[in-house]
Amino acid sequence: MTVQARDLTKDYQYGFHDADVSVFRTEKGISPEVVAAISDHKQEPEWMLKFRLKALDHFFKRPMPNWGADLSGIDFDNIYYYIKPVDEMGRSWDDVPDSIRNTFDRLGIPEAERNFLAGVSAQYDSEVVYHSIRADLEKLGVLFSDCDTGLRDHEEIFKRYFGTVIPPNDNKFAALNSAVWSGGSFVYVPKGVRVEIPLQAYFRINSDNMGQFERTLIIADEGSYVHYIEGCTAPTYSNDSLHAAVVEIIAERGAHVRYTTIQNWSDNVYNLVTKRAIAKENATVEWIDGNLGSKVTMKYPSIYLMGEGAHGEVLSAAFAGNGQHQDAGSKCIHVAPNTTSNVVSRSISKGRGRTSYRGHIKVLPKATNVKANVRCDALLLDEESRSDTYPYMDIENPDVTFGHEATVSKVGEDQIFYLQSRGIDEQQATALIVNGFFEPFVKELPMEYAVELNRLLALSMEGSIG
Amino acid sequence: MSETTPQAPVLEAPNASGAPANAGLEVVGLRVAVEGKPILEGVDLHVPVGQVHVLMGPNGSGKSTLAYSLMGHPKYLVTGGTARFDGQDLLALTPDRRAQLGLFLSFQNPIAIPGVTTVNFLRAALRAQGKELPAREFIARLGEEMTALRMDPSFRSRYINDGFSGGEKKRAEILQMAMLAPRLAILDEPDSGLDVDALRIVADGVTRVMEESQGRMGVLLITHYYRILENLAPDRVHIMHQGRIVDSGGPELAHVIEREGYDPYMTTTSPAGPEG
Repeated sequence: MTVQARDLTKDYQYGFHDADVSVFRTEKGISPEVVAAISDHKQEPEWMLKFRLKALDHFFKRPMPNWGADLSGIDFDNIYYYIKPVDEMGRSWDDVPDSIRNTFDRLGIPEAERNFLAGVSAQYDSEVVYHSIRADLEKLGVLFSDCDTGLRDHEEIFKRYFGTVIPPNDNKFAALNSAVWSGGSFVYVPKGVRVEIPLQAYFRINSDNMGQFERTLIIADEGSYVHYIEGCTAPTYSNDSLHAAVVEIIAERGAHVRYTTIQNWSDNVYNLVTKRAIAKENATVEWIDGNLGSKVTMKYPSIYLMGEGAHGEVLSAAFAGNGQHQDAGSKCIHVAPNTTSNVVSRSISKGRGRTSYRGHIKVLPKATNVKANVRCDALLLDEESRSDTYPYMDIENPDVTFGHEATVSKVGEDQIFYLQSRGIDEQQATALIVNGFFEPFVKELPMEYAVELNRLLALSMEGSIG
Repeated sequence: MSETTPQAPVLEAPNASGAPANAGLEVVGLRVAVEGKPILEGVDLHVPVGQVHVLMGPNGSGKSTLAYSLMGHPKYLVTGGTARFDGQDLLALTPDRRAQLGLFLSFQNPIAIPGVTTVNFLRAALRAQGKELPAREFIARLGEEMTALRMDPSFRSRYINDGFSGGEKKRAEILQMAMLAPRLAILDEPDSGLDVDALRIVADGVTRVMEESQGRMGVLLITHYYRILENLAPDRVHIMHQGRIVDSGGPELAHVIEREGYDPYMTTTSPAGPEG
């Protein structure tokens, strides 16, 4: 039996939506007037309006990227670029309107916050509706807010870093984000401060025909540590939604930043995200990037290893069910000597799902004694599923140790039989094999997320056996 | 009724000896083809519960095919005959249902499941068979069985069969058998590639599980070697050749084979010859 694309949505438990309670929205479509209206509504400084309008210009000028996933379904005129859900951001869940709070309750965010997070940000459509950070971290000078608050309250540091890692003309969707960005997270960790418990941001799209364009800027000052986790879901609508985020990370000398994503958008969301980090001398940046949902994802978390001794790590897992295309990967650019990078990618395709690994390793002439390693493994669950690997390498310095390994395998009849011979039914057996395949990724997640991810995978497996 | 020792389902009235008339494995006229090629040409075999039966025969005679067919591998197509366990038709069931009925197959070449730890694998299997133990009890039992099989505790967190040596795989199969406490264990060359010490550990493992089963577990042991039979006394020995059981006898039959090999069967049986 063939499972149709829409069947998947039966298993997607976050496909519900609330009644519209928004207090302000721009008209559908994109124009300088819409951009100006957003900036005006936010009462931004003049330089930001100029930045936005210039970015919009880039967006209009850039052609649609045609080298990756099929983006022809995106209708830029049929999207709301800014929807403000509430007048005021809550510092307590009691301040958040009931319907919105119920949504986050169903997503388990307040519970997670109580149990194992140091700070939480919850974005609903275009704005962050709830925000908290533990008082002890605040006392140490850790800043964690939405990006708009970052601009308003800490303009000096914000302006110094904003748009420096990903300039507005970087690509068409980074340009769009730069023009209409709203919400997201602003994180600053002072010198030597270690935030041992994760900070989490949760992104929720509620409205139909919505575009969400959060902007995240993370600055880890010298010798600091922070682990930032983002999760995302959306209702299932027949119309497509667009999520085009920009995430910039600056890891100063000796800093360590880990950025974990569990992307679980509904299968009507185009997820086109630009994520890039700069790692300075002896800094470490890790992208732990899990993509389960969306219709199309194009996302290649990047690390520019700018300082000597910097280390970059990209560990990604992608699952593409029927009708989904996960075009994901990584870029590691070795600019300085003695830098190291390690990329591990695992992807699973099911039904007519498709995964692509697209990776770029670049070693610049001055980068001596570089070590770079890439390993990507794809697992196909049936005859219809597809996986492709597109590795690009520019090695401009001969003094490099480079390893690349890629495999594509199918779930073996013998593996299923072996598990069945122990009493485990075929569906459970497939789920076990899939969980095992993702184990290198899952073991890097905090325990609560690992449990959740395995549960989501098990749900995705249901109905996969004919 | 005890909670920990599963009772044999009684499907028909017990006979004089106390066991159900149709207890254990009964194979009649089983024919199996693999990729269109007939391998089993009418196998008849009865393994009552509580007995150890040994299946010997030259390479390619169909021993492993019988093992896989009884467990239900999809590549093995049954073209005729019947196979019942405690009176239930096995051939109509998926492999997992057969396992839940009490069948167990120790693989000649166990399959690796990367990323699935031995402990999680065992827990999933026990749960699937409705034999889940409380966590503490489970860990204690696992520890005991691993000690008996002289397996390092680190095995618990190693991915099942992934990077295991040949000997480690064989022990891991016996460990699974011990934890799952089946009612019929089909052991497909559990002794191949083992040195004397490892062989003894595996054979002792099988003996111990049989003792623990208190006469409720039967064993069908496929082997090429006589050495394992020194540690594991069989009730019956069957000789397979060209897809049929061509001879059956007591333990002494194994010694005859050891002395004379399979040559007598090669000459006296032909495809047109009498059925075993």
